[in-house]
This record gives sequence, C-alpha cells and structure tokens, in this order.
Amino acid sequence: MSKESAKIKEPFVRIVKRDGATFRNKLAARAVAILLALVVDAVFIFSVTGLNPLAVYGVMFNGTFMTSVRFSWAMRDLVTLLCIGIALAPAFKMRFWNIGAEGQVLMGGLATALVMVKFGQSMSAPMLFLTMFLTSVIAGGIWGFVPAFFKAYWNTNETLFTLMMNYVATSIVACMTNIMRGKASSLGKLNMSNQAGWFPQFLGQRYNINILIVVILTFVMYFYLKYSKQGYEISVVGESENTARYAGINVKRVTIRTMILSGAICGLVGFLIVAGRDQTISTTSAGGNGFTAIIVAWLAKFNTFYMALISFLLIFLSRGASEIASAYSLNDFAASIIEGIILFFILGSEFFINYKMVFRGSKHKEVR
Amino acid sequence: MSNLIAWIIRAIPFGTIIMFGSMGEIVTEKSGNLNLGVPGIMYLGGFAGFASSYYYEKLSPDPKGWICVIIALSAAILASMFGGLIFSFLTITLRANQNVTGLALTTFGQGVANFFGVFILNGSSYSAAPLANAAFAKKMPFLSSKFGVISKTVFSYGFLVYVAIILAVVLHYVLNKTRVGLNLRAVGENPGTADAAGINVTKYKYLATCLGAGISGIGGLYYVLDYNQGIWATTGQIEALGWLAVALVIFTTWKPLNAIWGAYLFGMLYWLYQFLPSLLGIKVASYVTDLIQMVPYVVTIIVLVVISFRKKKENQPPESLGLSYFREER
Repeated sequence: MSKESAKIKEPFVRIVKRDGATFRNKLAARAVAILLALVVDAVFIFSVTGLNPLAVYGVMFNGTFMTSVRFSWAMRDLVTLLCIGIALAPAFKMRFWNIGAEGQVLMGGLATALVMVKFGQSMSAPMLFLTMFLTSVIAGGIWGFVPAFFKAYWNTNETLFTLMMNYVATSIVACMTNIMRGKASSLGKLNMSNQAGWFPQFLGQRYNINILIVVILTFVMYFYLKYSKQGYEISVVGESENTARYAGINVKRVTIRTMILSGAICGLVGFLIVAGRDQTISTTSAGGNGFTAIIVAWLAKFNTFYMALISFLLIFLSRGASEIASAYSLNDFAASIIEGIILFFILGSEFFINYKMVFRGSKHKEVR
Repeated sequence: MSNLIAWIIRAIPFGTIIMFGSMGEIVTEKSGNLNLGVPGIMYLGGFAGFASSYYYEKLSPDPKGWICVIIALSAAILASMFGGLIFSFLTITLRANQNVTGLALTTFGQGVANFFGVFILNGSSYSAAPLANAAFAKKMPFLSSKFGVISKTVFSYGFLVYVAIILAVVLHYVLNKTRVGLNLRAVGENPGTADAAGINVTKYKYLATCLGAGISGIGGLYYVLDYNQGIWATTGQIEALGWLAVALVIFTTWKPLNAIWGAYLFGMLYWLYQFLPSLLGIKVASYVTDLIQMVPYVVTIIVLVVISFRKKKENQPPESLGLSYFREER
C-alpha cells in the first residue's frame, strides 16, 4: 500500500481552500498587494520618466490633501463613485452582474434634467426636488428592471444585457441633450437664471448635500444587506438558487426587486450628479464611474464601509495622477496605468485570502 | 446606387475591426473565460502596432513596406497576448473574478496606449505612420480595378479584410471539426467533465485566452494602421469599438462564420445614420441621428433575448462562461 502510493509523485505545490481567513490574514494580504503594486508602479515611473518615485508619490499626495478645497473635491468625486458602488452591492451579492450602472445613472440624470427644464419655473422648490427625485429613481429603476425581468423569466445573460443597455442610454441622452440645446453648441448649466432644481448651498458647497445623502445611504445599505429579511434573501439567492427555492424564496421576485433597487439607486446618483454637482447633463456625466464602481463593489465584498475605503484609494490615485501629470508635464493616463496595476495586484491577492498553497514535503496530515 | 456603394465601402472596413475583436473573444469565451478586457486589448494591439512601425519608419534609413507589416503585426499580437496573459494569470491561476479583472484590463490597456501615445505625439494632436498605412491599405493589384462595382465593393480594401474572412473560416473549422476544438468547447461547457476526460483545462484556458487576445489585438492594429489611415491620436474611439466587438460575439451566437456577415451588418448599422437619410432622400434632424446610433446595441439585445427564449442548444453561451474552475471545489 505505502509502496504504491510512494510511486505517485506529489506535485510541487498544491492549492487548498482556506476555511475562512482571519481578519489579520485578509489585511496582510491586501497590504502586501498594495505595497507590491506601489513598488511595480515605482519601477514603472522611474523607468519611463527617470524621476524619483518617492518624490512623485509625494506630489501625488498633494492631489488630494494640499488644500481643503482639493480635499472637498476629492470627497465630491468619492461619493459619486461610492454611491454607485452601494447601488451595485445588492445586485452583486445576488450574483447578478449589473454592468449597466453607467446607463442607469445616465437615465436618472436625464430624467432629473428634463424635470428641471420643464417644471423649473412653475413648481415650488420642495415639489420640484420631490419630482426630480422620483423621476430619477423611476428612470434608473426601469433601466434595472428590464434586464432583471428577462433574467428572471428566461435566464437571459445579464452581464451582456446590462452592458448593451449602457449604450442605448448614452444614445438617448445624446438625442435629448441635442434637442434641449437647440442651436447652441453645448447645453451649459440648466436653469441658469433662477437656479431652480439646483441643490442649495450647504456648509458652503452644493455638493455637500450629495456627501450627506451618500453617507446616510452607506449606513442604510449596510444594515439592509446585513440585518434585513430582504438582505438575507439576496444572499441566499446569491449563494445557491436551488437552496433559495427549497427554502421557499421566490427567486424571480427577489431578482427583479433587487435589480429595481439597484437601478433606482443608480438613478438617484444621476439625480445627485445633475442637481448637486454639474447642474447639467451630458453623455459623459457618469464618466466611467459606473465601471469603476463594479470593481469597488466587488473588492469590498459588498461591505459598504470597505467600499468607502476603496473608493477613497481610487479617487486618491486619480487625483494624485493628474497632479503628477501637471507637475511633471506628463499626462493623465498615468492614472489609468497606476490604477490598473494596483487593481491587478489587489485582485490577485484575493487568491491568497481564499486559498493556501501546500508545498511538497511540507508537514501535513494525510487521510489514508 | 452610388450611395449604397459608398455605404458598403464604409461598412466593410468598420466591420473588419470588430470582426477581429469578436473572433478573438469567441475563442476566449469558448474556453469559458468572459474577457471584458477586449477594449483594453485592442488598445494594446493598436498602439503596439503603430508605435513599432512608427519607430521603424523613423529610424531605419531605408524602410520597406513589407517589413513594416511584419513588425507591426508581430508587435500588435505580442502586446495583446501580453494583455491576455495578465487576464489568464489572474483569472485562471489566481481565480480572480473575470468581469472585474476584464474591466481592470480595459482601464490598464487604455491607460498604457494613451500614456505612451502622448510621448509619440510629443505635443501635436496626431501622429502618422504613412508607410505602414500604405502597406496595410494596399489594394489588390488586378482585382481592384477591372470589375467595376464588384472591384469597388469587394476588392478595394487592405489585405487584413480578407485575412479576417479566412481566419473566420479557419476558426470555424478548428472549433467544430477538430479534436482540439472539441476539447476547447468541452472546457467551456463543463470544465469538470473535461478534466475528468483527461483534458488539461488550465492549458486550454490559457492558450485560448492568449490566442484570442492576440486576434482581438489585430482589430486594434487594423483600426489604427488602415481604417484610421495610419494616424494615432488620443481618443476613446477604440473603447467603443471594443464593446461593439463584445456585442458582436453575442450576435453571432458564438460562431465565427456568423461573425463575417454579422460584422458587416454591424458596420452598415453603425453608418446607418449617415447613409440612410440620403438613400431614402429625406432629411432628418441631428438628434434623430443620435438616436439611430443605438441600433446595433438594440439589435444585440434583441438577439440576446431571442436566443434565451428559444433555448436552442447550439445557440447558447458556453455553459460555464464567466466562472473560474477549481478542481477541488466540485
């Protein structure tokens, strides 16, 4: 018996699933990943530009922290990204790949902008804001509902469906902004004269209202996913549809309900962007945040507070990279490269959290 | 009639870009890997092809067209395979999530291409590789002039257009008529079963993803050196094309032969807004043309919905598309 088994050569390294990494393990894996990524980025920066990477990282720091104004801009960008991440969390937890946040945000923003223009003069401010809020949420919700409906009843591939919906939305927004601007070359800020539908200044900035709303949403979504019955249903459906069905959960209903919620929050982001940040709408209003937020939501494993951290890291990087770009007359695309490398490393580090490697000859109990 | 011809002449080169992109992605997806990094890979391929031929033209005392072609093609394929390798390593070996890794790869590829592109641009808004363009866009000598309309619509393109068609036929043959293709499809449908049958799942996934990336990358190369007349400029255009290539994969229901006519149809649909009004002799407002641009995507959605309605086995996505395979996890 033992002779026979000795003949089979043990592979040099085997991979074994971990039973659940401790918090320290997770933290260590992520920290090492980010450090390694920074080293690779440093090598990249040095070999391309010949600059001292540490000095460059120092300049990067200025992008977010040099002045309080910059910090508040970073916060403004952060909440946009974070809020989309919050919107995606329930869908992803259900293993529903909503890649369509970009389109859902645009539709919400478009609905807001249309209400602003149409009723800006006639409605009282509270009514106007309420209408803007409702239409944006409904528009985003519809954009989330359509792929979910087909997924629930016919198992249509949602990744590809939601991806395509982005471009339909972009095209609709292009069409509507084209009509709204008429002969002018660009749309400009909406309701410039009476500022109807603009968020009022709050602590000196309009977008502080955005920040406030998103902070509240961060807590609400955390508790919704973790402690509510619906949140539990979502995680059961995500783990195994068969289990969910066996437990008497109506999978179709949960799928559609969750995606409407996801789309609706994306629509809300559109509302926040138009009313609180840009006061206008264009095809680039979502600005790729819908895609970046997918990465944020996934890396944070649907924990909204981790999402805030990761959003901060990404915003810090992109602000820092544009700072580098202007300081050393490089270009903004350095941000994409640095971001890409860091993401690769963080994604790779997940492996060391979920699995461990057993090398040949290492001591382990064998079941015989 | 002349409008229709002009339309076709625009549609076929456009279709060729996304045809390369989607053929690569078909090979990748057949192995069960959903690589959403296609736009990034096309950026890598397009830029590497451009940069290598640009520097060759600049530095060589007597640059030759055919050397340009070889250098550009191999640089493009190598660079995009490198992108595919990053994706493979992260998703196959390290089992990272495919959607997220693909999106990160798109960010990365776009960043790399445009970042280094700026160095070549060196302040100007665009930069050209005329010799490479001439070599890639060279028409067939005899066929492109002697047969009137047919010459104009069928034989008036650079050689990569025909390479794309041949490649589609070859891929169809390999996927459906050979042992390798059968194994590859088995890996994409059910890697567990394939593994049990003695197929090296990891090897197939790696090779399919890297080769697929290489093919997709040629799409980027064709865009820069032929379609865009050998001009590099910082744009988001390749990204839009990459997503359209992903859409085309669905439209073809994962069959390379369908990619031929599907790509040209997408080309026609893409240019619909410019040619349809004049063809019908009507004038449409500019906002309608904005709306017409959604047509390729709407068509794709309809196809996606219809194939899920009909549930015909041969039209479905690979069964384990988007899932990482871990032997011990069954």
